[in-house]
Amino acid sequence: MDYFFTEEQQMIIDTAREITNEKIIPVRAELDEKNQFPREILEDMAKADMFSIFVPEEYGGFGGGCFEIVLAMEELARGCVGVATSYAASALGIFPVLIAGSEEQKQKYMPQIASGKRWAAFGLTEANAGSDASGIRTTAVLDGDEWVLNGTKQWITNGGESEIYTIIAMTDPNKGARGASIFIVEDGDPGFSYGKKEDKMGIRSSSTRELILKDCRIPKDRLVGRRGTGFITVMKTLDMSRPGIASLGVGLAQAALDEAVIYAKQRNQFGKPIISFQAVQHMLADMAIQVEAARALVYGAAKHIDAHPKDMSKVSSMCKVYATDVAMKVTTDAVQVLGGYGYMKEYPVEKMMRDAKILQIYEGTNQIQRNVVGQELNKEYS
Amino acid sequence: MQIIVCVKQVPDAKDVRLDPKTNTLAREGVESIMNPYDRHALEEAVAIKEQVGGAVTVLTMGPPQAEAVLREAISCGADDGVLVSDRGFAGADTWATSYTLAQAVQSIGPCDLVLCGKQAIDGDTAQVGPGLAQRLQVPFVTCVQKTRSVSKEAIEVERMMDDGYDVVRLPLPALMTVVKDINEPRVASLKGKMKAKKTKIRTLSAEDIGADPQCIGLAGSPTQVVKVFSPEPRGDRRVFAGSVEEQVEQLIECLKPYL
Repeated sequence: MDYFFTEEQQMIIDTAREITNEKIIPVRAELDEKNQFPREILEDMAKADMFSIFVPEEYGGFGGGCFEIVLAMEELARGCVGVATSYAASALGIFPVLIAGSEEQKQKYMPQIASGKRWAAFGLTEANAGSDASGIRTTAVLDGDEWVLNGTKQWITNGGESEIYTIIAMTDPNKGARGASIFIVEDGDPGFSYGKKEDKMGIRSSSTRELILKDCRIPKDRLVGRRGTGFITVMKTLDMSRPGIASLGVGLAQAALDEAVIYAKQRNQFGKPIISFQAVQHMLADMAIQVEAARALVYGAAKHIDAHPKDMSKVSSMCKVYATDVAMKVTTDAVQVLGGYGYMKEYPVEKMMRDAKILQIYEGTNQIQRNVVGQELNKEYS
Repeated sequence: MQIIVCVKQVPDAKDVRLDPKTNTLAREGVESIMNPYDRHALEEAVAIKEQVGGAVTVLTMGPPQAEAVLREAISCGADDGVLVSDRGFAGADTWATSYTLAQAVQSIGPCDLVLCGKQAIDGDTAQVGPGLAQRLQVPFVTCVQKTRSVSKEAIEVERMMDDGYDVVRLPLPALMTVVKDINEPRVASLKGKMKAKKTKIRTLSAEDIGADPQCIGLAGSPTQVVKVFSPEPRGDRRVFAGSVEEQVEQLIECLKPYL
């Protein structure tokens, strides 16, 4: 389907496609097998200005919105969701600064992010604070001119690889959701270290690690936004970032569909290519229909968000649920179309199916997303 | 450091066909790309610029549509592009091409280093780089696989050989041609693409570069293509696996019928 992209949008797609075809696809199986962080690929992306897409022009960026990020991430996910996740984590990590940061913070950090010289990461999840973010135990206490942070963050994407971390900590634990604030912690800050590195089912090239804050002292001006507004910023951050995850679903599902169709045309059984059998054709048709529908919803949601409306949450959650459920379904069906070969590591669909699963879990499980949609419906019809 | 990179627009090797009547390359309907070796020359020039400062100018001789290859080069880090284009250049062989490029290089202005790909994938002669150096009266080195050091006065490089490499040091100005091993060309950047879109490409005619009409195009080309043909495929190749003893046994089995 033709979405009538602008010249700039087409440039982003072309650049991301070139990175995917030349730099990601040739090495994705090896990165997956070795659990290896794609540092060189991210450096290539930095040289191609990919990290500038989501940074406003006044801070040296390309000035793109949610839609431009979606276009880039869809192409990258066609190659490898692990690599695309590592790229996306830098956007997610810096969104709180973009949304609520001071002018000084933006002046300092945004150009570094845009150039890709430093990467960011987002530190929200803890052992007891997953879907229920109010379970956060990490604390921040003001001591003179410094904040002192204590706690452990879990499953942090780009942990140990990025240099700039936005950390959510309780500044007033008694106030519940209104007691959370966001802080910028940098690699090398005293009392900040990295813990366990996870061994995952999929997106194995991405780094998922613990962040340990032990009497971590940071300057007072690293507080992002006003004290106590952390949760609001987190919600706004996730509203902006979810279409990106949805687009990973679209790109991944498209890649699986491509593999399935190519295989079905080549594979002969009973004397003819299996694509000539209606059972296979119908599977492929359903896969293609779902991919197009998911893409349309994601693009629509991203454009809606770029208009900065008040009601972002519903469409943001809707597209995340739909596109990532489609990714799981389509990658599973692609394995089925390839049959025994699909189950083997020689073919890429096996990895695609493993990678798809996380999309339904991270950045808010699909169950939580349905809660958001349901709650918004409840409000709309009240 | 002022660097000039010579690039050529060539038919994409994936679709190359010969016209059976004329025995020349059938270019119609075939997509054009930047000669792959030239992409490596460009990357090396941009890397040298990033290291020591200066500017990179890309130069090509070709029809007006060859401008596309210059814009592509700018999106990959070149500062500006010069297209030498004139009906009179048509039919040039390597002799006339190196003359034309030399005239163009001299018209562009002072230059410390000229980079070329080892050869173009359409003609495969590898003559234009050395020919251009000779015309410019500068030292040259071919098949460079690594730049070891660059200074204002000299450049030290590794020249790829069959059995290793030579270390060659050239006083500047100089010319070098590069092989693919020298680097990994970057993906065109977004800012580069924006710049490429806006940059005005300078076009120079035969008159602009002060070319002698007798030395350019068909008139200046002594080369005559007598015959073009697809070479016979070489014999069968086989790779033996296993221990040395097993491989020797397999080899003997293969040779037996001929003994």
